[in-house]
Parts: sequence; structure tokens; C-alpha cells
Amino acid sequence: MTLDLETAAHPENLRRVAIEPVSRVEGHGKVTLLLDENDRVHQVRLHIVEFRGFEKFVQGRPYWEAPVMVQRLCGICPVSHHIAASKAMDMIVGATLTPTAEKVRRLMHYGQILQSHALHFFHLSSPDLLFGFDSDVAKRNIAGIAAAYPEMAKRGVLLRKYGQEVIRITAGKRIHGTGSIPGGVNKNVSIEERDYLLKDIEQMIAWSRDALVLVRQLFEQNLDLYNSFGRFKTHTLNLVREDGALDLYHGGLRARDMDGNTLFDHYDYRHYWDVIFEDVKTWSYMKFPFLRSLGPEQGWYRVGPLSRVTQCDFIPTPLANQARKAFMAFAGGSVAGATMGFHWARMIEMLHAAELIQELLHDPDLQGSELVSKGQRQERGVGVIEAPRGTLIHHYKVDEHDQIVRCNLIVSTTHNNQAMNEAIRQVAQQYIDGRKLTEGLLNHIEVAIRAFDPCLSCATHALGKMPLQVELLGVEGDVLSTLTRSADGAFG
Amino acid sequence: MTDTFQLDGAPVPFEPGQTVMQAALAAGRYIPHLCYHPEFKPHGSCKLCTVKVGGRTTASCTMPAEAGLNVESNIEELNALRRTLVQMLFVEGNHFCPSCEASGNCQLQATAYELQMMTPRFNEFYPDRPLDGSHPDILLDYNRCILCELCVRASSEVDGKHVFALAGRGITKHLIVNARSGLLKDTDMALTDKAMQVCPVGVILQKGVGFRVPIGERRYDQRPVSAQALDDAPRQAGVGGGCTACEGTS
Repeated sequence: MTLDLETAAHPENLRRVAIEPVSRVEGHGKVTLLLDENDRVHQVRLHIVEFRGFEKFVQGRPYWEAPVMVQRLCGICPVSHHIAASKAMDMIVGATLTPTAEKVRRLMHYGQILQSHALHFFHLSSPDLLFGFDSDVAKRNIAGIAAAYPEMAKRGVLLRKYGQEVIRITAGKRIHGTGSIPGGVNKNVSIEERDYLLKDIEQMIAWSRDALVLVRQLFEQNLDLYNSFGRFKTHTLNLVREDGALDLYHGGLRARDMDGNTLFDHYDYRHYWDVIFEDVKTWSYMKFPFLRSLGPEQGWYRVGPLSRVTQCDFIPTPLANQARKAFMAFAGGSVAGATMGFHWARMIEMLHAAELIQELLHDPDLQGSELVSKGQRQERGVGVIEAPRGTLIHHYKVDEHDQIVRCNLIVSTTHNNQAMNEAIRQVAQQYIDGRKLTEGLLNHIEVAIRAFDPCLSCATHALGKMPLQVELLGVEGDVLSTLTRSADGAFG
Repeated sequence: MTDTFQLDGAPVPFEPGQTVMQAALAAGRYIPHLCYHPEFKPHGSCKLCTVKVGGRTTASCTMPAEAGLNVESNIEELNALRRTLVQMLFVEGNHFCPSCEASGNCQLQATAYELQMMTPRFNEFYPDRPLDGSHPDILLDYNRCILCELCVRASSEVDGKHVFALAGRGITKHLIVNARSGLLKDTDMALTDKAMQVCPVGVILQKGVGFRVPIGERRYDQRPVSAQALDDAPRQAGVGGGCTACEGTS
């Protein structure tokens, strides 16, 4: 634990270094370091500098609009919000999904996992992994990868394109579609659409397997670095299927402590608030969730591919399960607890998603005509899925006029907030403390953040808690009036 | 022998009593419009169908067709004005197409595409217009109202219920429901009413069915508003003028 690096005891005489913006992540964030005259690190914070406020402005809107509206949180994994909100609205309309509806949604979701993981590994992280964390900054980007490894760059683009095509066919558009609706879906998958996707799926599986070979080689070549880089012990949270299998669409919550002991298992996510609570800090728009039983100081945890792959009992597709076993056994199982292990786990999930897509495309239920169902209307709806970046919770309350009156979103990256701060504090201590700063050293901080594949724009909803100051300026730039809100919500 | 007038240099035949708009649509010639509807008396309020006749501007939906008229419509000067009108409509209300269930079926959106509007251009008003979800089957989202009065006309002329009206003047003009409470639940509005079918935007909505039509199958996904309007045109061929703006004057 390095919580002592969250707030410096005496910040007044310290030098401030900011990494702004953090690059090659989704959304906008910055990191600040406070250093003394000997370059010793006293404070490290990951700040989320944008504010979205979807929880507020979805209030008053009709419930059936939520799956389409809230997905605008993100342009990378909108399907996650689209489906999580739809699952919540399934509860609102009292629906039990038809096989066609659930399978079309699952197909959409797996397309999303495939494209998002491909984007992260090939476009965002491969420059660090293939060129080195402190390599020439001019080449450490996707253009550099395209020049040095053109075949790999092409595969990254085409894997992503395939996932986007799956989304287009199931949701109507590659980004921000409308396919998933309360109680089901608005279209099935035609024979022509199925055959179009089947044409390339073998290739996608083959490329996903090749990516796993590459990531293993990288770990073999850099084992000490990858194993120790930003490493810390943490609790975990993820959904698992009834039989303990990895399930990215539905299941019960499983939480384990940092020693692997189960805190709760198969917990009904419809009552998530009994086990998870959110803390708020004045210096970030992003909330800090924690396990209630352990409290805010000790109860933070990690979600996402690394938690899912290591904490599930098995993966229900053969190639990905085989890959999981190899990952868990590698270097005596030590990589499974390393921050850099995220990259390997992510590629296992990409293969899993490709296998699932192939499996589903052979399922005749995709061509079914029963698309929507409904039952007894409910007041409260909770939808949880495993998004590419981790567990995603959507929670709505709808009044008797069919309008949303309350919304709570706990987004994957929000779950990882404290864990990301922990990772960068470890890296700051490991690589920066007491050294002369260089761009390459600072990139180590970003490498640690990138391992989590954060989506910072999705994760900023601490409405009503963030201290704010609004200034009304005259045409000459003079301050006409000022409104200040403190952290406790009081206006002055 | 049928009389004709000239529209952008080509002859358009017309029947006695037809307006320029009616004759143009019946002849397969599109003039942009929002408040005009082939099943209702012309209204002349949105001004989008403004044309030039003999160098003077006039609403083509209320202008009686006359032999020998020289009408200009599809010219850049008028299309620029129409684009501006649509841009003003967008900023006066709260039109968030990305999450609007009328997207793809919305005549305002389709007309903006038709006129190649790329941005609202003006500062948004962001008016505060609460929704009315009080009716068990119907939701009113006033944010999107463009004051075309089609619902007002449908409810009074066809349904005989007078559920809707406009209140206020100028920039404060707004759609209201004719009930002491101001709520739709206190009217006799029903899903089967004509007023349910005529809203060109997304104000009057059947509850719980939004987004049921997939992208690609919505009204304006396949064919632009100019083609859709012509599809509807044959139905209007027999409809007389009945122009309220010029009744008693011609």
C-alpha cells in the first residue's frame, strides 16, 4: 500500500511535474508528481480532468431512451453501456429475454470485446511493448509500429474492423447503434449477414492466437521487468457464470481478497450496493469504489481482463481455456499477479471473444423472430456486464410516468481508480524517486496506466461533490461575480 | 387543357384550387416544407416552402397556382434562407438527434440533411421544457416542438378533441395541452388519434416502443425526404386548396 503518496505532508515547497495529457488512453487525464529538491517523490495522483454528468442529465428522460443515450459516454466501447442499460431496462419492463434476443446481444458484446482489445493492444500499447518504455518518443506510436511491423499493424486494424462489423450487423451502426432495446433487440441476424461474418472468423481466431504467441514472447524476453513493473497486491472483482466459468455478458459477482480468499461469490448483482460503495475525493471527478466489508482504505480492488481471467474457474471455449492454463502456469504463476499481466489476459479474452463469435454464428437462434418480451413492470433496474475494461454497473429508478428519476453508473475504469493510482505510485517509487526526470522515465507512469486500458471519459460522474468555482467575466475579462462550491456541496 | 405555371424554368400543370406546393408535389417536384401536410389545410407558418414569384417571396403552400406564374424555388438564395430557418429551429428547441427515438423518422432532421445543413451555427437556447409522461400510453417531449401546429390541426379537424393548442406569443410561444392541469392524462387523447400520427419531429410518442425499428429500416434511412414527399403526393391530387391564409380573398 502506498496511500502515503496520495497527499504530500508539506506540498508548499515541492516541485510539481504534470503529465498532461496522458496519451494513448481513452479520454482525458493527467498525472501530477510532487518532487523535492533531491527528486524524491512525495505525491502522485492520477487526475480525471473532464466531467460528463450523464447520471444527472439522464434524469427525466423516458426509460427506453437510456440504452441509446448513455452509450454516448464513449466512442470506443459504447456497446457496453448500450447493453448494461438494456439489461437494467429488461428489469424495468419485467422481461425474460428470448433466446434470439440474448444471443444477438451476446454477439454484439463479443464483437465489442474483440475490437476494443485489438485496439488497445495493437494501437495503444504495442509501441511501448515492442520498442521499449523509454524508446525514441518520435517512433513510439502506431505510425512507428506501422513502419517497423507493417503486418502486425495491419492485423490490428483488421481485427478491430471485424469486431466493428459484428457490431454494425447487430446494432445497426459500428458506433452508437440502437440494436438493444428494453426487453430484447430490434433485429435478428439474417443468413446473409451470418455468412458475411463467417467468411473471416477463422482468420480472426488465427490472428488472435498469433497475438498470444507474441505476448508470450514479450514476457519471456522481459520477464523481470514485466513481473515487477508497477506490481502490487490487490483484491479483485468480476462476474462469473453459475459454474464458475468466465462469462462476459451475465453472471454473479465474485470478489476475492489479495491472498485469493473468496469474500463473496455468485452474489446477485441486483443488490450490488450491499457489497460495493463509492468514496469521493476532492481532487478527482472519478469516484473511488470499495468493498463495504473492508472499508474505503483497505477495500479497493481491481477489475478487468486480469481479474476475470485469473479469478474465473475456467474459460468455456477450448483455445482460450488452453491459453489461460498456459498463462496461469507461466513463470510459476507469478505473471498472473503482475500489472503487465493485463496485456496477456486481454489477448486471451480476445481469442475467447473470437471463438464465441464463431460458436454463435452457427446457432440458428440468431435467425429467430421473437425479439422482444415483457412482463411485470418494475420500479428499479440494475444491469451489470463485463465490459472490455471490467465490471460495468448501470442502476436506474423509473417513476410511474416512465421517466428516469435516479441513475448510478459505476464504470469499469472507476472500479480501477485506486488500483491505477496504486500502480503509478509503485512505478514512481521504482523508477522516478531520486532520479533526474526524462521523457522516457515519465512514460513509465503512462505505461502503468495503459496496462489498465482506462476509459477516462466514461468514468467521471462524482456529481455534487467536486469543489467548483464559476466566474462570470465581463467583456474586458474582469470578474463580475464568482460562485464557489466546496467539497461538502455548500455554495459560497 | 390543363393550365401550367413555370417552376424553376419547367412547366407544372395544376388543377383549379391547387396551391403551388400541391401542384408541384403532384408533378413530382419537391419544395422543402415542414408545417405543410397533404391531408391538412395549408398553414403557411414554417416558411420553409418560401418561393419567389415574380421576384417577390411567398409561402408556396398558401400561394394559389395561377397560369403563367414564374416560380423560383431550387435556387441557392432560397436554399440558404431555408437552411438558416432550419438552423434556427434546431437551436430554439433541444434537438439531440443522437439519442432521439425519432431520429431517422424525423422530418426536421431529414430536411436538414436535404438542405445540407452541417451545423446549427447559432447559439443554442437550451430551453427548459419538462416532459409530460402523465398519460399511460403517450409521452410528450416538448423539447422537440417546432410549432408546426399539425397536432393542433389533427386533433381539432380530424379527432374533434382539441387536445393541443399554442399559447404565448413570439419567442415564448409554446405547445400546450387543453386541460386545467396542463397534463395529457386529463385529456381524452388516445393512441388511435390522428394527432398521434402527424408530428414531424419527436414530440408525441407512443410509450415504450422507441428504437423498435432498426437503423436502415427507418423512414428516411433509404430515401431522402424529397423522395418521400413525392411518394405521398398522389394522395393530395384530389385535395382542394382550402387555403386558410387566402380564403375570402381570391
